[in-house]
Amino acid sequence: MSIRVGKAAQAAAFPDAAKPLLNNFQIRRNVRHATEVIRNKRANVVGEMPDWEALRDAGHAIKQHTLLHLDTYLQQFEEACTRAGGIVHWATDADEASRIIVELIRSKGEHEVIKVKTMTSDEIQLNPSLEAAGITPYETDLADLIVQLGNDQPSHIVVPALHRNKAEIRELFLREMKLDQLGDTAEDLAAAARAYLREKFLRVRTAVSGANFLVAETGSVCVVESEGNGRMCLTLPETLITIAGIEKVIPTFRDLEVFLQLLPRSATGERMNPYNSIWTGVTPGDGPQSFHVILLDNGRTNVLADDESRDTLDCIRCGACLNVCPVYRQTGGHAYGSIYAGPIGAIVTPQLLGMEHSQSLPYASSLCGACYEVCPVKINIPEILIHLRGKVVHNGDAPLEERMAMKVASLALGSSARFSVAQKLVRIGQLPFQSDGKLSGIPGMLAAWTASRDLNAVPAESFREWWAKRKKGQPA
Amino acid sequence: MTSAREQILTRIRSAIPTGERPAARDVHNAVARQYSRVGQLQREPLLELFEERLRDYEAGVYRCSEGEIARTIATVLAARAKNGLVIPSSVPRSWLSPNLSFLADDGLCYSALDKVPGVLTGCSAAVALSGTVILVHTPEDGRRALTLIPDYHLCVVFADQVSETLPEALGKLQDQAAMPITTISGPSATSDIEMTRVKGVHGPRVLDVILVI
Amino acid sequence: MQNDFCLSQLLVHFPATSLMLRTLPSAKRIFMPAKNWLRDAWKTLGWRSCLQISLFVACYNDLLFPQTGKAVVAVLERLGHTVEFREAQTCCGQMHYNSGYQPDALAMMRRFLNVFEDAEAICVPSASCVAMMRDHYPKMAAASGDTKLKNQVDDVLPRVFEFSELLVDRLGVTDVGAFYPHTVTLHTSCHSLRSLHAAGKAETLLEHVRGLTLIDLPQSEECCGFGGTFAVKNPEVSAAMLGDKMQCILSTGAKVCTAGDNSCLMHIGGGLSLQGTGVRTVHLAEILAASDSGEAL
Repeated sequence: MSIRVGKAAQAAAFPDAAKPLLNNFQIRRNVRHATEVIRNKRANVVGEMPDWEALRDAGHAIKQHTLLHLDTYLQQFEEACTRAGGIVHWATDADEASRIIVELIRSKGEHEVIKVKTMTSDEIQLNPSLEAAGITPYETDLADLIVQLGNDQPSHIVVPALHRNKAEIRELFLREMKLDQLGDTAEDLAAAARAYLREKFLRVRTAVSGANFLVAETGSVCVVESEGNGRMCLTLPETLITIAGIEKVIPTFRDLEVFLQLLPRSATGERMNPYNSIWTGVTPGDGPQSFHVILLDNGRTNVLADDESRDTLDCIRCGACLNVCPVYRQTGGHAYGSIYAGPIGAIVTPQLLGMEHSQSLPYASSLCGACYEVCPVKINIPEILIHLRGKVVHNGDAPLEERMAMKVASLALGSSARFSVAQKLVRIGQLPFQSDGKLSGIPGMLAAWTASRDLNAVPAESFREWWAKRKKGQPA
Repeated sequence: MTSAREQILTRIRSAIPTGERPAARDVHNAVARQYSRVGQLQREPLLELFEERLRDYEAGVYRCSEGEIARTIATVLAARAKNGLVIPSSVPRSWLSPNLSFLADDGLCYSALDKVPGVLTGCSAAVALSGTVILVHTPEDGRRALTLIPDYHLCVVFADQVSETLPEALGKLQDQAAMPITTISGPSATSDIEMTRVKGVHGPRVLDVILVI
Repeated sequence: MQNDFCLSQLLVHFPATSLMLRTLPSAKRIFMPAKNWLRDAWKTLGWRSCLQISLFVACYNDLLFPQTGKAVVAVLERLGHTVEFREAQTCCGQMHYNSGYQPDALAMMRRFLNVFEDAEAICVPSASCVAMMRDHYPKMAAASGDTKLKNQVDDVLPRVFEFSELLVDRLGVTDVGAFYPHTVTLHTSCHSLRSLHAAGKAETLLEHVRGLTLIDLPQSEECCGFGGTFAVKNPEVSAAMLGDKMQCILSTGAKVCTAGDNSCLMHIGGGLSLQGTGVRTVHLAEILAASDSGEAL
């Protein structure tokens, strides 16, 4: 089984990946600006909704329910989609999914494919597999196009190219689109992308898409987008291949009324995004006449099996958690070493990959809880982070120094007598490091503390010692 | 060699408690839905809200009565300096002024669609809260490519097609849920370039709505 | 020392009653409501009711910030209540729980519940400890399968109060008679904000401190970057977050930054001190304890 989450398995640990990014002025400025803009827009449109909490509750309940009947709903979807002329494939892992897609495209004799934004295809690293098979993929989402032309990695779920500024994008377009001239406003750049891609939309006969929602009741697929490239890819080619994680299924058509209110407000701070496309199987005379859906596992059933972190699969990929995360705000998405970044990335990546990779990610959080507050489907991310940390420790993968320190602390806090002794020992132990009421030069983990903070010496008398004295001195 | 399908379903069934599960449908029916599913607004404030939200993303909005549709279409096209549009078969003759040229879409190829000045359609439902127009793509109401390739879309919305909330609108479409459906809330847009919102990437860059009272 | 007649104290300390409580747990279920009824009746008769408040000082305050504990005692005694400190207490288990050492935390939870089982009101000058208890103790007890433990949690938790909650909600007090003539800005810890929903209480208490000028902290909902072991496992990111928080604090021009959590203040204060900003961090309790001399204890 080759489970993949982009290139996460080879990524550096979070603290190491974060360091250089903290000193990257452009990334810091772009991340800050992007997250603030969306966060404020989100707050406004959510503030308009007196039933927002009720929507969140319903979204959470529907998702939880669906996961507990996932086999039923996936089969229902398969049946309905097949009846409507679609062909449903199942893929246990990344390799299998890529193989199926490559074969489908080859069997049509095609060498080019246009792609609608789908993180799932990044997850399985589809593009390298296509290229190895002599098939050229064209990303058509503006940000994904920028990332592709720049041979780069996405840094945010909803605005993947936020680490790029206008001047860089202009350079990229001039070079890769082979343009003689190009203006430098956002409008000029968007217009260049429009022209470059339009030619492909009208010509290329195969498309690959993801899915925001699979509707079990009708066998329909729903794609949520802003630019219109989705509509282009979903409608104009002859062959459409949709890849979707198994957790994308929702029970009924009416359930869309919940998610289509939660998603746009959370993702882009709009009451409704420009275009939603819903289609079922094949419609004669309208759109692709050959339609394939690939239902992908790639580690999702592992997450499903852990009932303390199963809620991770509720995620509707809105990115709201990234926009409020005080850690993400400092580093941007590349620090997470995965296409899934921010708070959701910190829980999805290690779980899909298995805990032996991406172990640093559950610790890439101060547990402030801002993500949980904004999650439209109420995933308790802080609780899942703590659960995953428990797994790291349980598997024996916590650093030795830390395990020892925790053990010692546990012993010391195990009885008040031991705690009192420990307090005295700390005061003695700090003597070599103490000068002028402050501590410095402490080795090990605590050295990181004093790098950016003064550390006061432990007071000469603890609270309980003071209390004990006071009690003795009280009148009888 | 078990198929991927069997493997995945087996893994799912061992991951969740399947022992004495109640029927999925029953649990699903019991999901609490306390969010708003019925609008509160009266007709005029409802239509005003719809108009306001359309104007928010710079769609043109024109009101008229049922008898004035053809005339209003002509006015709007003159304002946009266009002399005709492509139409699906369900557009009534009565909407079409004789001095404008309307082209029926009977399987036009993409490059032909790319050259037309724009497209005229009705709609299946609309949502006032978000200024959304919903098209169900029956063959008569127009295939999807028709409202996608041309650069201009003129949409006729009847007042009684407008619901306040999305749940109400989707409720009206339950019987057609397996048709291709597109929801349109303004022209396309992107904020991918330094978070500057740029309108009109792909899909019609200009949208006008005629609201028939 | 206050001379009010504390009926509840009399009853609890009467040897026979204590013995009965210790040997007949069921007696407690009759006794406590009866005692509460008596106390409420006493109150209705016009006598000041006073509480026996049990202080859970928090392990890190005990060792590193004893002055905060002392300040809590001073404020509560000034208000006419009696404070007890049960020396058997140690830690709520948060550090271990949050870092993935959940079994160790379970042991600490048991200890806490046993020590404070019959306390009338438990005062905790640390929002993060209270959040630990409210957010996690019920689940931990349920997961342990121990019904007695679960009942203990249900029984004790309603009597646990963070310091500002105790004052405003339990004691109904917003003016504690403090005098602190300085400019102060309030940092609301994440736990206080999102777990306890107690943001407004500290603010109210500070607004009633004579001489104090309270300046709003910009971006107050943003985490300071401490996050327990986060600060040592991700030191650079933690420092970057601290930098933002310090910028906001310095922009207020306040001389003092306060909060209900010394964990945040240790981190923020450490940064402010290293940078030589001259801005100090002082726990909320110490400001509220300040009286005529105008200085925190």
